[in-house]
Amino acid sequence: MTALVLMEHDATHIKQPARSAVAAAQKLGEVHALVAGHNVRAAAEAAAKLPGVAKVLLADAPAYERALAEPLAALLMKLAPSYDHLLAPSTAIGKNVMPRVAALLDVQPISDIAGVEDADTFIRPIYAGNALATVKSSDAKKVITVRAASFDPVPAEGGSAPIEEVPPGEDPGSSRFISAELSKSERPELTAARVVISGGRGMQNGENFKLLIDPVADKLGAAVGASRAAVDAGFVPNDYQVGQTGKIVAPDLYVAVGISGAIQHLAGMKDSKVIVAINKDEEAPIFQVADYGLVADLFQALPELAKELGA
Amino acid sequence: MKILVPVKRVVDYNVKVRVKADGTGVETAGVKMSMNPFDEIAVEEAVRLKEKGVATEIVAVSMGVAQCQETIRTALAMGADRGILVETDVELQPLAVAKMLKALVDREKPTLVILGKQAIDDDMNATGQMLAAFLGWPQGTFASKVAIEGDTATVTREVDGGLETVAIKLPAIVTADLRLNEPRYASLPNIMKARKKPIETVKPADLGVDPTPRLTVVRVVEPPKRQAGRKVASVHELVEKLKNEAKVI
Repeated sequence: MTALVLMEHDATHIKQPARSAVAAAQKLGEVHALVAGHNVRAAAEAAAKLPGVAKVLLADAPAYERALAEPLAALLMKLAPSYDHLLAPSTAIGKNVMPRVAALLDVQPISDIAGVEDADTFIRPIYAGNALATVKSSDAKKVITVRAASFDPVPAEGGSAPIEEVPPGEDPGSSRFISAELSKSERPELTAARVVISGGRGMQNGENFKLLIDPVADKLGAAVGASRAAVDAGFVPNDYQVGQTGKIVAPDLYVAVGISGAIQHLAGMKDSKVIVAINKDEEAPIFQVADYGLVADLFQALPELAKELGA
Repeated sequence: MKILVPVKRVVDYNVKVRVKADGTGVETAGVKMSMNPFDEIAVEEAVRLKEKGVATEIVAVSMGVAQCQETIRTALAMGADRGILVETDVELQPLAVAKMLKALVDREKPTLVILGKQAIDDDMNATGQMLAAFLGWPQGTFASKVAIEGDTATVTREVDGGLETVAIKLPAIVTADLRLNEPRYASLPNIMKARKKPIETVKPADLGVDPTPRLTVVRVVEPPKRQAGRKVASVHELVEKLKNEAKVI
């Protein structure tokens, strides 16, 4: 059996969630990696170095530059006949394109898998992770998105797979990229960071994120996240959101500051190895999942924390 | 222009779900059910487009057991004009839902379908994309802003790195993310009015679709529980524990 994994990349590097998807695909058989984009040979070369990848398919055309779902789904459809499993990480791109591919193949997609039992059977969280369902697919082909936090990524180096260029598929031309407003940050990406510090409504405003969270994040080399409440209130941009409908993270250390711990937020971080909660309300539900809880006013605790870490 | 808004009846988002003792699923008997929150946002967006004069008619569609009528009534009370219920006791998965929606779109000929990006029960995040594929329409998923001009929808999408704006040709599919709008509460007079709005009931067979699920549930279990840890008395103690006990910094 052979699995095709859609790579997520920045034209040069393969992103960590895609390396987790390769790890999941390895449980199913031989793994081929698809790098689609425009002027992305460097990314294909990076994919070729992933241990466990037997072949890289490179589809290089202007239509794939922005990973729009319509041309990308058409490309995957063209490649699908050679594969038993089609996978992508559960990123914004994977979630956008894979169900479209599944429909074209008359297949029920299996979204956001957290475990592989066998070639037909997968474990996936439902109800914001409050239940884990084991589901068995009766479809001939499986179309899958992979919850990156549930699979240790394969290393970035070590393999040497051949790269094969594939001709582009049809571009339906019905969608067009206009612009992107992407957050710029020197910090690690949320879904790849070893340490994450997140702020909630208790932060009161965006300025306090900069004044209080950022210095601690700098000391820890941490990514900065947020609860939905903090994003809805406009303290930080949408891409900071950790939770059921935001990003799913499982870092070694997760520090929740001024976050009460709604189940939708817990869904996004409860698989972290160590959880720290700082909240002035000792009844906050976040303390029920925290390994270390500190009942304190964050406006005093965070500067103190930055100072302690600096020593 | 006509807008079709599919709405799903799900366990209310405030309910703490419990896994059934026999491992076949999640307890839904006697549990409060509501419209999927993302679908509420979709209905609101459709109603706003009608209020702006962009849309002329809003058709709300729900699928499942007879009680999905209530979910449609909620959409009607928010401002949808009429409803269609596809009634079945079969467990519906996104593939079957998207096929039945395709059949309804062929009949109703809307210019735009707006639906929630994901249902909070199965967390599949698939139906909108699948419907777009069946229709051969473009898709604007995870939308935080939608502007309609001429034959184009300009959709700002919530993506991993921030926001992305795409232009898609109508007819098209839009799936609603959290920050597209804040749904209104239906007023009492509108709830009363909604009772008089028509709801048509059809069966999957009327739409020529076999809704048999392709995924069978082998078992459903509770995730491993995290134990509440301990409280520390000071920042100093916290840092000491993280360094020497948890060894994560």
